[in-house]
Amino acid sequence: MARIVGGLCTSHVPLLGRVIDSGRTGEPYWQPIFEGYEPTREWLKSVNPDVLIVIYNDHANGFNFKYTPTFAIGCANEFNPADEGNGPRPVPIVQGHSRLAWHMTESLVHDQFDMTIMNEMDVDHGLTVPLSLVCGQPAAWPFRVIPICVNVIQYPQPSAQRCYALGKAIRRAVESFDEDLNVVIAGTGGMSHQIHGARSGLINQTFDNYFLDKLVTSPEELAGIPLVEYVREVGAEGMEIIMWLTMRGALDDRVDVMHRFYHVPAMNTAVGNLVLENAKAQ
Amino acid sequence: MEQVLTQLKERMTDYQDDFDDIPGTVLFNGERLRQGYQLNKFLSSLVDAESRAAFKSDQAGYLTKFAMTEQQREAVVKRDWSAILNLGGNIFCMTKLAIVDGTPFQHVNAIMAGMSHKQYEDMMNSGGRHMDGIRSKRGG
Repeated sequence: MARIVGGLCTSHVPLLGRVIDSGRTGEPYWQPIFEGYEPTREWLKSVNPDVLIVIYNDHANGFNFKYTPTFAIGCANEFNPADEGNGPRPVPIVQGHSRLAWHMTESLVHDQFDMTIMNEMDVDHGLTVPLSLVCGQPAAWPFRVIPICVNVIQYPQPSAQRCYALGKAIRRAVESFDEDLNVVIAGTGGMSHQIHGARSGLINQTFDNYFLDKLVTSPEELAGIPLVEYVREVGAEGMEIIMWLTMRGALDDRVDVMHRFYHVPAMNTAVGNLVLENAKAQ
Repeated sequence: MEQVLTQLKERMTDYQDDFDDIPGTVLFNGERLRQGYQLNKFLSSLVDAESRAAFKSDQAGYLTKFAMTEQQREAVVKRDWSAILNLGGNIFCMTKLAIVDGTPFQHVNAIMAGMSHKQYEDMMNSGGRHMDGIRSKRGG
């Protein structure tokens, strides 16, 4: 049986990818951020998962507005890094797990989540920057990846509650797979930022830290917050942190915090990283 | 049945009113998608190397391939970022044009916020824009 052995959440700031790719992680402005991820990298190495399920959103790179799936699952054997206007990132091709992804699709659709099935899809910084943050620069990613892309850029968007419920359905899907696999699930995006209009540059450390607290202790409270309040508090682009709730939904109600990191700013964005495991003492 | 429909309609209207209450924010809803579809199609096309080359070598000619309005075309030519946004541009599509131009996106943010680059950078380095007074048009 496959099992979910842990969850992590992280921002997916595109500039962090460019800093890694150009070897500038040691610069004084950036160094504290990458140092903050060090315990996560160590944790991931020790857990050594077979598969990482990544909940992320595309930013008009892999998809354009020709079609906008609310929830899409990558069922292919591999996914190329997307060209986002300056050529694809120089990172390894993402290897999928087609058989598990198809099993998950079957399970999710029977479980009332009508996924869009992606057989060819480029993955943008929403997915590849988290991989770089938690793995560094390996010649090949050390696990297979199942991308799950959530529409958080075109309204109407799924609610926080729906994202949380998706996590619970993902857990049922993984645990009903017959192969013996260790799976980690990652929620990406956030934290507070807005990069358009007169509110550009907002950062809300109070809400971000409240979110980090409650994600551990009472995710249902966060799932009950309407999208409009997320947009108000963490910005129109920061509201993507609802994808962290999908990660949280796939874990037990009680969890242990393995690592927590928060930093302001990475250019326009508050950066957050949380690593969770199901609580040893339930 | 009629009651259900009325409730649903009210819920959708309240939802839109709530979003409209947030100041300095342009949410990319269906109306904006319809208004900006061709504009965003142009912006998105820049994720392809050949298209970028074609655009760079003949900007005006390249723009005629997309059935956008004259206003939208003019906003693109002038790099009037706020106008592009207000005419239905999606912020993530707009990043492609900034990348092609080599314009740091923080400069675009500063322009949209009506600040100098330096003011904007200083604001970010001191913890970002404060939340006071930017939550709600009704409530401040």
